Order: sequence, then C-alpha cells, then structure tokens
Amino acid sequence: MNFVLSILFSSFAVIVVVLIPWIGVGALDLRILFGIIIPYAAMATFFVGIVVRVIDWSRSPVPFRIPTTAGQQWSFPWIKSNPIDNPKGTGGVVIRMIFEVLTFRSLFRNTRLEYRRIDGVPKIDYEWEKWLWVAALLFHYSFLVIVLRHFRFFVEPVPGFVTLLQNLDGFMQMGAAPFNGFGLPGVYLTDMLLMAAVTWLLLRRILYSQMRYISLPADYFPLFLIIALGFSGMLMRYLFRVDVTAVKELAIGLFKFSPVSPEGIGVIFYIHLFILSVLIAYFPFSKLMHLAGIFLSPTRNLANTSRFVRHVNPWNYPVQTHTYDEYEDEFRDKMIEAGLPVEKGAESTAETEEKE
Amino acid sequence: MADTPKPAEIAKIDHYPSPFEKGWMNKKVEIKPGIYCYASKPKNLEYVGMPYPKEWNPLDEDWKLPENWKEIIEEGFKDRLDKFRSLKLFMDICVRCGACADKCHFFIGSGDPKNMPVMRAELLRSVYRKNHTIGGKIFGLFAGARELTEDVLKEWWYYLYQCTECRRCSLFCPYGIDMAEITILGRELINLLGLNIDWIAAPVANCYRTGNHLGIQPHAFKDMLEFFTDEIEDITGIRMEQDFNRKGAEILFVTPSGDVFADPGTFTCMGYMMLFHYLKEQGLDITWSTYASEGGNFGYFTSHEMAKRLNAKMYAESKRLGVKWILGGECGHMWRVLNQYMDTFNGPPDFLEEPVSPITGTKFENAKTTKMIHIIEFTADLMKHNKLKLDPSRNDHLKVTFHDSCNTARGMGFLEEPRYVIKNVCNNFYEMPPETIREQTFCCGSGSGLNAGENMELRMRGGLPRANAVKYVHEKHGVNMLSCICAIDRAVLPNLMEYWVPGVDVTGIHEMVANALVFDGEKKRTTDLRAEPLPGMEDEEDV
Repeated sequence: MNFVLSILFSSFAVIVVVLIPWIGVGALDLRILFGIIIPYAAMATFFVGIVVRVIDWSRSPVPFRIPTTAGQQWSFPWIKSNPIDNPKGTGGVVIRMIFEVLTFRSLFRNTRLEYRRIDGVPKIDYEWEKWLWVAALLFHYSFLVIVLRHFRFFVEPVPGFVTLLQNLDGFMQMGAAPFNGFGLPGVYLTDMLLMAAVTWLLLRRILYSQMRYISLPADYFPLFLIIALGFSGMLMRYLFRVDVTAVKELAIGLFKFSPVSPEGIGVIFYIHLFILSVLIAYFPFSKLMHLAGIFLSPTRNLANTSRFVRHVNPWNYPVQTHTYDEYEDEFRDKMIEAGLPVEKGAESTAETEEKE
Repeated sequence: MADTPKPAEIAKIDHYPSPFEKGWMNKKVEIKPGIYCYASKPKNLEYVGMPYPKEWNPLDEDWKLPENWKEIIEEGFKDRLDKFRSLKLFMDICVRCGACADKCHFFIGSGDPKNMPVMRAELLRSVYRKNHTIGGKIFGLFAGARELTEDVLKEWWYYLYQCTECRRCSLFCPYGIDMAEITILGRELINLLGLNIDWIAAPVANCYRTGNHLGIQPHAFKDMLEFFTDEIEDITGIRMEQDFNRKGAEILFVTPSGDVFADPGTFTCMGYMMLFHYLKEQGLDITWSTYASEGGNFGYFTSHEMAKRLNAKMYAESKRLGVKWILGGECGHMWRVLNQYMDTFNGPPDFLEEPVSPITGTKFENAKTTKMIHIIEFTADLMKHNKLKLDPSRNDHLKVTFHDSCNTARGMGFLEEPRYVIKNVCNNFYEMPPETIREQTFCCGSGSGLNAGENMELRMRGGLPRANAVKYVHEKHGVNMLSCICAIDRAVLPNLMEYWVPGVDVTGIHEMVANALVFDGEKKRTTDLRAEPLPGMEDEEDV
C-alpha cells in the first residue's frame, strides 16, 4: 500500500468516526448510547486491554540479560564507569528508566545522516537533529497537561493543582486570534503546542521520503484521530460553546458511576467524546502500547551484571555437545604424534582397535 | 574483488525512496550477486544435526522447502514469542518514528530502504500481525499485515543476512527495540527450514568437530603456534614456548582461531604469546587448549541453541584441565556471548574460582560468576601496576586510531580499558569523530558471519561509515593504523581499508603491546612483529 492510499484510508476512517456521533446524536438523539454506554465500554476496553497486554508480555520470560550498554562498564576502581547508561545495579536501572520515560533520552541522541559526494568520493556527516525529540516531548507533555486540565470537568470541587495548571497554561492571556476581545476565553498554551507538535509529526511522515516509506495506515490513523480530538475540543472551547454545566454534570456522573444524560449539550461535545472513546478503545490494540511497553524493554530495564550475578533462563535445557572424549577419540593418534597430552594412551587405543 | 564495483560506483547512493513508489509490501525481493552469501551446504548442516539439509541456490526459483514449511515457521514463531519477551515486545511497540532509519551502516552504504532497521523488522512484523494480532487478522493490509509466502520468506532470508547484529539501532530507539535480537530470532526461524548461509554453517560444523571455526586439527594448531615461536625468536632472540592442554595450569587461555590463522590476527596472537612468556617468571601459569580452541561463536549467528552447544567447550575444558579461571582473547561477538550469555547457557561454573591476577593480586570482581576475563582487562591491570617494562617509542611509526567493536561497545561497555592499553604502548593516538566511536561505534560491515568473499559489495557498502571516519583521521592526523579488539575486524578491515582508505593498516592491540614490551636479555630489536623496521632502525635491517 503506498502512502496516498494509507492516508486516504486513515482519514476516511477518522471521518467516519466523526460522522457516527454527529448522526447518532444530532439526528437520532442517541445521547445515552454516546454519552454513557460507549464511553464506559471504551474505558473498560482501555483498562482491561492494557492489563491483558501487559500480562501477556510478562508471561514470556526474559531468558538472557541483554541490556544495550551505552557507556563504560563497571570494572576497575580507577576507570570511571557510567552507572546510568551502563547500570551495574537496580539503582542505575531505575535512573536510566526515569530518564528514558520522562525525557526520552535515547531519542535525544538522534542525529541526521548527511551524505554527500565530492568528486565521486563519499563524505558522511551526522548532523544535529533534535526536532523529533522536541516534537515528541511537546506532544506527550501537552497531552498530559490537557488530560489533567480536564479534571475540572470530572471532579467537584476542582482540585487545587488543576486550577494551578490551568492558570499556568493560560498565563499568556491570549485571545483566540483573530477574535481577540470578542469575549472569547483565553487560549491555552498546551492546545497550541499539542496541535503544532502533532502537525509536525504528521508532516514529517509525509514530507520525508524515508518516513513516507515506512509509515503504515496504523501510523496515520492515531495522528488523524488526535488531530480530530484536539480540533473538536478547540472548536468547542473557542467557537461553538457548549453548556459547560451540563457537560460537567455528565462527566461527574460518569466518574461517580451514577451516569446522567443532561439535555442541551451541543453535538460537538458528543463528537469530541466519541473520538476520545475510539482513541482509548483502540489504544491496547495498537502501537500506542509503547506507553506500557517501554517499562518492559529488556535492552533498557536490565543491569549489565551478567558477569558477576548469574542470570537464570527458566527454560534452559540440556543440549548435545561434542565432548572432549569424542574429540580425542577422533584425533588421538595425531595428538600423540604431535606430543600433545592425551587422556587415554596410545596403547588403550590400540587395544580397542584390536577388539574391533 | 574482481567483480566488486569501484568505490566511485558504490558511492552513488540514493537514500531517498521515490515518492510514488508502490508500498513496500508489493515489491518482490530481488536477490543480488555481491550482496548475498552462498547457501549452506548439506554436509555442514548434517554434521551438527540442523534440520532440512539440502543442496540449494538462492538464485533459483525453487528453494526446496519442505511441504509443511509454513506450519514450521508459524509454530517456530509462536514458540519464540512464548520464550522471548524481547521478541513479543519488539513486534508490538514500534511506532515507526524513524529514529533508527539512518543509523544502520547497511542503509547508509546501500540506500536500500529495506535496510532501515525499522523496515527489516517490519518484514517480520507484518507476518506477525497477520498470524498473532486481532487487528491484522481482521484488517489485513490496512493493519500492516501480510500473508507469509515464499517470496516473503526469501525476503527474510535476504535481509536477515544483511544485518550484522551490531545493535546501533537499539541505542537510538526510544523503546530500546533491538534489531540484533530480531535478526537472531529471525535467523533461528529460517534455520528451521535449512536456510543458512555456508559462511556460517561451515565454521559451525568445523567448530563442533575440531574445536575451532577454521577446522584446525590439534597437531596443526600446535604447529602454527610453534611457527610463531620461531618468528618471535627471530625478532627477539628469545624462545617463547607455549604449552597445550596442560592439566593443573592456573589459567586457560581461549582466543578466536582467526588469530592463529591469518594476518594481521597472527601478529596479535604472537603478542599474547610474548606477554605470557614475559609474565612466566612473575608467576603466570597458563595453558592453551586445542579442544577449546575457539573464542568466537558462529553458533550465535545460527540460533541460541547452537551458540550454547559451541560455547559449552570453554567450561567443559576448564573443568577437565582443572584450571582456576579463563582468560579470553581480543574478540567482539565472542565477548557479547561471554558477557551476556555464557553463564546463563552453560553455568554455573562452580568448579572455577573468582579470577585473581597472579601478578598483581587484583580480584576481577566484575567477572565473579562467569570466571572469565578479557585479556585487555588483564593487561590494563598489569600496566596500572607497572608490571610491564614498555618502550612505546617502538610504535612511533604508527599513528593509531581505535575502532570499538559493536559487541564489546554496546553489549558490554568495554570502552576505556582498550584505550588505556593503547595509550600505554603508543605515543600517537587519535580518536575518530564522536558519532562513530564508543557506544555509537559503526560496524566493520562484515560481522555476524557475513565476512564471506562473495558478498564483498555488501561488505564494502556496510563498512563505508566506518571507513569514512577512518578517512577523516587519516587525512587530518595522518593516521596509518586502525587498531581493534576483534578477530573479525582484523580479518575484514584490511579489505575495507584497501578499498576506501588505502594507506591504513589494521592491528590488534596486543601486537602493539608486544612491540613495546622490553624483555630482559632480548637481542636489539630492529623490526616489529611484522618484520618491518622499527623507527630509526631502517638501515639496520641486515645487521
């Protein structure tokens, strides 16, 4: 499948995802289905799905200790080792994992190949390239802040940290250009950053030929879904205002397991909610599981200790080897002639031969 | 290298697949001469009991697969998913961010998009999705899933033997996905159908029978070392006899057989011999074995099981001889196996003792359970304690750089010890650019059993990033010697240098150590181990 088809297919799928609640609530008024049943089903799929996947991964053992060592090993006291990139114990592994999970340390190493030919002679350089790392960080952290900000809808009273986050996030006090001063709410920084980062992550897939080559519909689909999610959210906040009190009533109801279906919430809200439901239900079946997978990655979460702490393979089994005796039996005469020591003397060989 | 294209030809590399290319799944693999290695010969598979030995040719349409080949692969895949968390995880969590794409030396040198590590993994992932994921079963192509066909299998074979298991991709992957692991397990799978390459199958069979990859029989092994003894005597005036298979020695020495067999590895081997002789009076009690006469492990390029079967000799022989611990020579993948697998495969070696240097008394605590230490560690410790009388000026004709082997760098973290030893024995040392050394080091392009002759184009392409970095220090500092601690490096880098950077030679570190080592009662040294005049001795050759 080439990239045009991949993009068409994924965007078509996301259009369908948008149309379903639009028709479902806008035309058929299936508010209970889209406001209560589907969100619950999606949440259940999300949590159960992740747990099942993680259990499934953990059921396979780690037979060998295979960390990727990215620094000096621990050897002599007079050689400085790198306890984070080449950990010799749990402490180092924990720090390595924290850096990996919170700062995407491995991605920070990224470089870009610069291949040139000067008079037919290749010249290769490895250039600075942190944009993928920057976009990835912005994307994930903006998403996190946005999720946390949404707690003001789910919890009453609104927790202090949510209000704080909201204030920090809106500190720029920008209006929604070009409608500045028309009584619209201030713009959140994270909304902008998320959309910018996700747009970049999409563009690089389309513009860079290597990325275009490797990308699958499964790469475009979640990106389109997240763009649709963010876009519907922003439309709701900045353009088509919905009844926030009613939304909050519904959200708190969902959270307290006493769901209600208030009237008068705009259909845009149901679209937003349905996209989110699809995203989280899709999560456990997709590459988005990297969120959980990174914690289990054996090249990152193991210490480089296999020379001084024995690592046991639970399914280790005996194998056939070529023993020394078999070896000597084949080469005994030559060994004796060459003056190499042998286990059984020449005579014993001769005897066996005689018997035969 | 008659058929290998000229450097200027190979240098025309396009790294950018055209925008309107059909999707990669629709393209049938084209197996190209110069890139692929010859098929395994049946006798070599038979000797070690590998399945489906047969006469076959990768260029033929018919690969003589068993009738139920699909079932065999599918069962093998499932079995390995249940046994290796790494495989399961690496099949599931890749987001195709592309960070690994331009990190692979084979992609850099060939521009073949399926040599991007992510793509090489996708070749297997696509089949995994079809057979093992719900999405793949329902949505097929749209979920990136495809049926396992003979063409797909051929594509696996072709590209799994274009990966040297160097792990550079895994360094840059935000989830630590390691193509080496996928290649190792992928090769296990195709080996279930007898689809090995002979450059791996033959050394494996040899090693099983004679104890070493090159098939050197015990008397010949002794002969070769005796020949080196003569050479050393010519240079130093001292006869440095070694001993073999000696029971009751304190230490067993195991090195890759390449060191015994071909230049410039042989000079490294002479280096070990001279060091051992030097330390004899200080109490070194060491023996070689003709049975455990191979440090390397081509079994590791076949399957975990074969790796274990070949590796077993080291502990078995150390037990038979009753030694206290094992010393290992300069090698790359040998040390990945010794560090990350040996004790798990064949341990615990409770009949051995925690290694202690008989010369310095240093306890090697980092080898407490495997009981095997690297000769570079051993020598570095000697130097730190001033136990060696060295004259580094004897290496003054060399301007040296150091190539980190992928396996010791990214599978062990063995970075400073070799540099410490080099700096003790030579005065002119220059590092290559930081993106090409230490943990970011580039492969020689011929590792993991791909150091054959028929795939020379692939090797020259894969070695290009390394050669380019050598060229940089060659032009900037006049570097003329590329040092390394890997037997495959010593075997393949000379070709690579000749092709891309003429004027640079290749050496193991212990060759330089032995050149600098000053013996009591030696005759005036006029040449190095290569019988080339030492600096300032150019006129004394015939003295």
